This record gives sequence, C-alpha cells and structure tokens, in this order.
Amino acid sequence: MKEIRVLSATSVLGSGFVEDSLRRGLERDPHFIGCDGGSTDPGPYYLATGNTAFSSRAMYRDLRLLVLAGKQRGIPVMIGSCGTGGADAQVDVVLGLLRRIAAEEKIKLKVAIFYSEQDKRYLKQKLASNELVPLENAPPISGDIIDASVRIVGMAGAEAFQHALEGRPDVVIGGRASDTAIFSALPLREGITPGVCWHAAKVLECGAAATKRRKTPDCLFATLRPDHFIIEPLDPDLQCTPQSIASHALYENADPEEIVEPGGVLHIRDASYEAVSAAAVKVTGSEFTPGPYTVKLEGVERAGWESVLIGSIRDPFIIAEIDDWVARLKEAVARRAGGVLAAGQKWEMLVKIYGKNGTMGALEPTPVVEGHEIVLVFEILAPDQETVHSLASIVRHQALHLPIKKWSGLITSVAFLYNPAHLDRGELYRFNLKHVVKPKSPLEMFRFDEAVL
Amino acid sequence: MTKTQKPTPLHELTSLVRSKNAGPFDLTFDIMFEEQQTYRRCVSSHVFTAERMEKLLNVDRAKIKIFFSDDARAIKISIPRPVVQGDFGDHDSHAGQQYAGLLMLEIP
Repeated sequence: MKEIRVLSATSVLGSGFVEDSLRRGLERDPHFIGCDGGSTDPGPYYLATGNTAFSSRAMYRDLRLLVLAGKQRGIPVMIGSCGTGGADAQVDVVLGLLRRIAAEEKIKLKVAIFYSEQDKRYLKQKLASNELVPLENAPPISGDIIDASVRIVGMAGAEAFQHALEGRPDVVIGGRASDTAIFSALPLREGITPGVCWHAAKVLECGAAATKRRKTPDCLFATLRPDHFIIEPLDPDLQCTPQSIASHALYENADPEEIVEPGGVLHIRDASYEAVSAAAVKVTGSEFTPGPYTVKLEGVERAGWESVLIGSIRDPFIIAEIDDWVARLKEAVARRAGGVLAAGQKWEMLVKIYGKNGTMGALEPTPVVEGHEIVLVFEILAPDQETVHSLASIVRHQALHLPIKKWSGLITSVAFLYNPAHLDRGELYRFNLKHVVKPKSPLEMFRFDEAVL
Repeated sequence: MTKTQKPTPLHELTSLVRSKNAGPFDLTFDIMFEEQQTYRRCVSSHVFTAERMEKLLNVDRAKIKIFFSDDARAIKISIPRPVVQGDFGDHDSHAGQQYAGLLMLEIP
C-alpha cells in the first residue's frame, strides 16, 4: 500500500523542538520535513514592518538542524510563511540564514523560493472585476484602501509548493502560504486522497500542539495512506489521543467543521478517530470538496502614531469616582488640545482601567473595582509623531492635577510609572483585509525564484 | 445524570476553557471536557444558546456561531472580535484572556 510519511518540525520556525524528537522522526524515513514559519497571530506589526516575531538566532537554530537533517536523508525541507508575515523581506531573512548555514557547514544547498506580496494594480483590477470579494465579517474595501495599505500578501496553496518542488530543491522557502499547504503539497502530488492530505496537514501544521499535554514546542509525525492517516508524537512522553486530535481542529479556527483551503473545503465533521497505540491515532472519513480557487489576502495599513502613559491610583476617593474622573480628564485634554493643536486636527484617546475592565473591555462580566489600587493605561493616537507627542504631554499634566470633590487645593493624583511618563510607540498598524481573490490560475499571484548556495 | 443534581459552575465541569484569535477579525472560545457525561450535560443544558451568549458576550446573536464537537468533547463559540487585533483600543492581542465570563456560568 502506498504511503507518504511526514515529519512536522514544530509549530513555527524559531519556536524550537527537541533534537531527540527530530532524530527519532528521521529514523522513520520521512519523505519530507515541513515547518510553518508564520501567522497573523503575533499581530499586524510584523507584516507591516518586515521584522520577525522570532529572532534570527532562534530561526537559525531550528533551520540549521532541519537543513542538515534533510541533506543527510536526501529529502526536501519545506517552510511556508517565512519570517512571521510571509513578506518578501521576511523570506529574504530566511534565505540569508540558509546562505550562512551553507557556508558554515560547507554544504551546497539548492533552494526554491516563492514570494507572496501582491501588486496593488493587480488587486484593483480584481476588485473592479468582482474577483476580489469579502469574507464574512470583513472590513470595507476600496481602491483607496488597497493603495493605502503598507503591505498585502496572498496566501499560497499547495500548488505553489508543488511548483517549487519541480526542480528537486533541498529546501523550499515560501512567503505567506496556507499552513496546511506546506504539508499537503507533496502527498497530494503523490496521489494520496485529498481528504486524508488536508486533514493530516491541518493536524501537522502546529507540530506537537495536537498532543495531550505538550511540554514544549516539538515535532509530530504522520503516515498518510490512501484512506486514512496515522498521527503520533516523537517524544515518548507525549501522546496523541482521539480527543487531542479531534480537538486540535478547534484551535485558532472559527469553524471547526469546515476548513476552507485555496482549492476547496475540508469537511471533518464525519471523521473518525481511533487509538491504534498508547500514543498514535488513526483518522478516517475526512472529505475534501473541490471548489472555485480562491487566494486569501492579508493586508496592513498605518492607523497612526501612538503614545502611551502608564500610571496607578491608590487614593480610594479617586478610585470611587474613576469613571467620572476619566470622563472629566478627556474633556480637559480636549479643551487644552483645542488651544494647542491646529484647528481640525484629528486624534483619539482611550483610558484603560486595570482593576476594573482593562483586560476584557466590553466583554468584562464584572466591570467594577474591587481592589484597593488600579492601573490606568492612557493611549493616544494621532496622524503624526509630533502631534501625538504634544498630546501625551497634555495628558500627563492634565491627569496629574485633575481635581476631585473630596479634596480642596492642588492634588497630584496619578503615580506615573516611568520618566518621562509617556512611551512613544511609533507607528501603529492595523489589519485591513479579510478578502479573497479569484485568480486565473493557482500560481499567477506568486513569484518563483531559485538559488544555489 | 440525576434529576436532583445541583447547578454547578462551568469551570468545575471542564478540563479547559480558553479563548484565542481565529485570525485578526474573529474571537473563538473552546470549552473542553474530559468526561462524556459532563460534556453531554452541558450540551443539553440550554446554556450554550445564541440568546444566552448574546448577553454574556455583548454581541449581536446573528453573529454568534456555536458548535458542539462530539469527537473532541468540546463546545465552541465564535464571535467577531470587539476590536480588530492590534488596532487602537484592542485589549488583548492574542485574545487569550477573554473567557472569564464563561467560567461561572451555572450549569443545571
């Protein structure tokens, strides 16, 4: 019976794995090693700036071990969504690490590369032809919004990895890609049933996260056959159980029954999970329904420049009237700002009250102060650094001396934590797209390259 | 399950209650059970309805999705994020601390 064996290195490149687990995985003779490299979960900052959520050192540690393992076995290493956001510059960071590894280890590396950043003109044409469409709960879209974006990436499907594999590279590094595409591409090419490929890939993409009690990020191993897959950890202390595998589909996923991929939908509602050993689970019954090809977009725009101030209050009489105090502060700041800033200057200010609802905001079930001290975080947003800086200095001074009913005379009401009291956070970015493009072909939105290092 | 059992706070019946981003625009809650019996008790409690969750989570009921996953022995609730991840005013970048409201739900 035909089978494809897959070694998933860890949940994300740079988060680490246990070397012994990798060694045990290699002893099982995998056909390839896969590793996801990114996510939106660290936030819009990374896609916007091209910085990486894990340090180059951390990615180097993982990458070196994976590349040496792949070379030793003669199997490809495939990494998608390089450098957190899957931006071109982040792919190039990983390419630079590969160059360093090749030189240090005195090995020749053939690398296939694809880039996922999108051309704004192409996207505006797609918008005009109704081939750029919103998903549920998407923010508004327009040509101006596309133009104002700092960066937009498209999520590559399995086809991009399959195309990259054609030249028999040692390593494939990709820009933004579906996490599952990294793991489904090669088994699909080898003719394994799509339902098996995509469901196995969905479990593999987070590494050992699908085990019962993960101690630390680690490897996961899958054996894919025509009508089922078997999934198991490589650390003897870890276990996959039918429940741990079934529940992994819930994680970071709004709909656990239908998982949309670029070329269709994975249905796992009727999947069955059976323990075949103390640590391994056999999965059958997953179905993949092919659909119109869609590429999901992720984009970021600049919201403005932000400054924050952190201070606490211990005076029980200020705490007792804190909501009124915050409302009066906002009025006082607005009055003073009106006299200082240019007419019509746009800005926003928020005060988060920790000890009341600072963590949950509108979702807080108990929005009252029950303790003897509170922390205030003052946040200010303006369209440029100089304006937000001016506002931060107004907030500091107005908050410091805002009067309350209890006391007569000048009071100093906030214990500011730092000096200077404000922290300039620089540019603030926001995600601005939850849309898909209908391309003419699965590859037309991605750019391919090769390097021999 | 007996007819005389006392109402119990949800957290006492679960192995894990968690919240997380499901992408930058959505927030999802997972309520997981070790025992089939307690999972069934919660599923049949009529606590996890759009009506009840609308009040608790402060969101229009038409935007609430509730799933009962028998294989995972888990209840899942997904809603739009109150503020898009990382945008001005967001309280919780990974949405990992948004489940407190669920913990004390009384399960009959």
